[in-house]
Amino acid sequence: MADHIQLTVNGMQRDVTIEPGQPLLTVLRDSFALTGAKIACGEGQCGACTVLLDAQPVRACSIPIHAAIGKAIQTIEGLDEAGQLHPLQQAFLDHAALQCGYCTPGMIMSALGLLLQNARPARDEIIAAMQGNICRCGTYPRIIRAIEQAAGELRVQKEGAHHA
Amino acid sequence: MHDERADTRRLAVTAAQSEDRLRGGAPDAPLISSWLHIGADGGVEGYTGKVEVGQNARTALAQAVAEELRVPMDVIQLIMADTDRTPFDAGTFGSQTTPIMSRRLRTVAAATRELLIERAASHWQVQPSTLTALNGCVLDSQSGQMISYGTLTQGEPLVLPYRQDTPLTPPQEWMVAGTSPPKVAGRAIVTGQRRYTPDLIRPGMWAGKGLRPRALGATLRSLDISAAQTLPDVHVVRDGAFIGVVAPDRARATEALAALHAEWEQTERVSAGDLFEYLRSHPAPPAEDPARAAALHEECGSVEQGRNAAAHALRRTYTHAYIAHAPLEPRAAVAEWTGDQLTVWTGTQRPFGVRGELAAAFNLPEGRVRVIVPDTGGAYGGKHTGEVAIEAARLARAAGRPVKLIWTREEEFTWAYARPAGLIDVESATLVDGTLVAWECHNYNSGAAGIRTPYAVPHQRIVFHPTHSPLRQGSYRALAATANHFARESHMDELAHHLGRDPLQFRLQNLQDERLRAVLEAAAEQFGWEHAQPGPGQGIGIAGGTEKGSYVATCVEVEVVPASGLLQIVRVVQAFECGAIVNPDGLRNQVEGAIIQGLGGALFEAVDFQDGQILTDRFSRYRVPRFADIPPIETVLLDRQDLPSAGAGETPIIGIAPAIGNAVFAASGVRLRALPLVPDGRVPGVAGGGT
Repeated sequence: MADHIQLTVNGMQRDVTIEPGQPLLTVLRDSFALTGAKIACGEGQCGACTVLLDAQPVRACSIPIHAAIGKAIQTIEGLDEAGQLHPLQQAFLDHAALQCGYCTPGMIMSALGLLLQNARPARDEIIAAMQGNICRCGTYPRIIRAIEQAAGELRVQKEGAHHA
Repeated sequence: MHDERADTRRLAVTAAQSEDRLRGGAPDAPLISSWLHIGADGGVEGYTGKVEVGQNARTALAQAVAEELRVPMDVIQLIMADTDRTPFDAGTFGSQTTPIMSRRLRTVAAATRELLIERAASHWQVQPSTLTALNGCVLDSQSGQMISYGTLTQGEPLVLPYRQDTPLTPPQEWMVAGTSPPKVAGRAIVTGQRRYTPDLIRPGMWAGKGLRPRALGATLRSLDISAAQTLPDVHVVRDGAFIGVVAPDRARATEALAALHAEWEQTERVSAGDLFEYLRSHPAPPAEDPARAAALHEECGSVEQGRNAAAHALRRTYTHAYIAHAPLEPRAAVAEWTGDQLTVWTGTQRPFGVRGELAAAFNLPEGRVRVIVPDTGGAYGGKHTGEVAIEAARLARAAGRPVKLIWTREEEFTWAYARPAGLIDVESATLVDGTLVAWECHNYNSGAAGIRTPYAVPHQRIVFHPTHSPLRQGSYRALAATANHFARESHMDELAHHLGRDPLQFRLQNLQDERLRAVLEAAAEQFGWEHAQPGPGQGIGIAGGTEKGSYVATCVEVEVVPASGLLQIVRVVQAFECGAIVNPDGLRNQVEGAIIQGLGGALFEAVDFQDGQILTDRFSRYRVPRFADIPPIETVLLDRQDLPSAGAGETPIIGIAPAIGNAVFAASGVRLRALPLVPDGRVPGVAGGGT
């Protein structure tokens, strides 16, 4: 039996009819055409489908849709504001921290989850937080540098806002 | 709206392609309009059959056009890998994009620029030699007159042959090539807007699934589809050997697939533990598979004579396991029939090859099949064949609607082809002073790429023995060059230690190839090879090689924990040279990425299988390099502007495995001759290490 549920996706209330038991990833992609979270491993091992649930990074392929009800779902599509890239997105471009880009949205969302909890992560904390994300093209060192740059950028923004 | 200009251009492309076919399918369409179009607004479209798979071809090829046409990067849009719109291309493999495609686009762009200058000259009644091209315009610096390319072409297709001998701008004068512009379409990637094949949606599209046996080579004994057929909106498709289902979405297709009851007859029951004996004892009959690499047997001098004159001889065997490409983007296709016209969007490295496969599978002329390759997730040599495209097309035909088929991760690991396993026998002989006099090498199964030694040896026998492979196998980044370099460079290290020589000096002594010498010396200098003083449990190793026209040398420092045998890679320095550098940061990214991907096959990646069934069927059972596995990596790029640019996506992967193995020996005295070197992270034979 289909269920009618309400979800909060990128700050917007969305009503949707779904088959119970579906993973969050399927609903994001098939019902909302939000395909930034990728189909890749299906078992929460590679991180390519990472989104935030109440600011916590989760693997959307392994989260049942009902676990997302009543929580704020944030996807890569909701990250830039009025065409202005988020500092993480800009840092990934600045460091060319990608090749094919298939892992990139998941990398950025995992990194965002880290920076929301830890504004000044040490390098080993970045590695620990990102260990669940695979990049088969091998851009890991660049991704680490991009996250460090974005962390610095976000701290400056925050201080600016504080002093303003 | 009907676009006549697009039609004219398409006709021209088709005519040029027919002409190409008559000449044996060579990818050298002679008309400018096949490769370039300049719109009335000055926008430039470039057409190439190459695929963007993360190697940055979209950016590097746009740089080639921008350089010679003298236009800014941002007016160029490349149409890539669309069999209806781009000239024939054999495929994106073999490191051919830079030496062949980039050169062709440069030539076409340069010829187009000269043509536009001539048009402006006749318009102004002046000599062409007084005019220059700049920023999408032709300029007469004497009169100050300027005319834009768009005005000169009026957007009409340039259905004219291009001068194939048009001189190219030398690298010393490059303005756009030789720089590192931002990745074209990078913004779409970081905002999640790029649509890879699994992300495509077509009106009325349903989802497909394929049924696979657990064991490779198994044949169907019986199939019961009755339960699946009772499900609403489900088509069960049996077409040749392929069995699949179509349903409105992926979840229902998965459910329908589970409702199929199939029994399989298994024939092959090989296990990983028996593999190398199996390969040695199963030579492939020449007719077994015409697509397989041909046997190779080369002789130079007489190895027997060389051995007789030698003071030292050494014979060793090196092995390497099957490994999986494990691309994050699975193989996927969307197929759509319009009458007997078929369009397939699929992530493949061979759009025209897949078009041919589809035409053959459905008995259609190639003109009725269109293959479009959206920019695709990394392939690493794994996305050559068209199985997923054919399967999607079968399902779409049966369902009478567009169908998307995405291979599951399990299909990726168990059904896609693997990098070949193999074993390599090396027998060498040296004089008292360390001069190599004989070299004999036999590769069983993995291939002939990189099998020839770059060292100067008077007596050689080089043999590749094709064998029957118990697992499906195929192309992988750098092909067998990784395996053959592992064997050769490990062996060179063994020889150096036998002779009591420094491994770098021993190589240089036997090397006349100046380009390989240069990268070895550059890597060693950056690494501090000469003055390195490894402590207890520490060791350094070096390896070098050449393949597909580029050169690599890798130095590695490792530490082997004496109590546990745990291997730690302390640092990596790699020097790379591929002629004149087209995009320095793109190149550095490729070199770093190749080292990191290479770490997996060097240290721990292996397809495990038992009784003909692959056990490593998901990422939780198949380890690939992750953040915590990456040592500090330094790259040294040698820019040889006096040499033509060669490809760089493959060769930088071949140095890391032997360099690590050689460093492990220096650190522990244990010689590892099998890839992966340390499947459980520990050096076997060191106290507490694995067995």
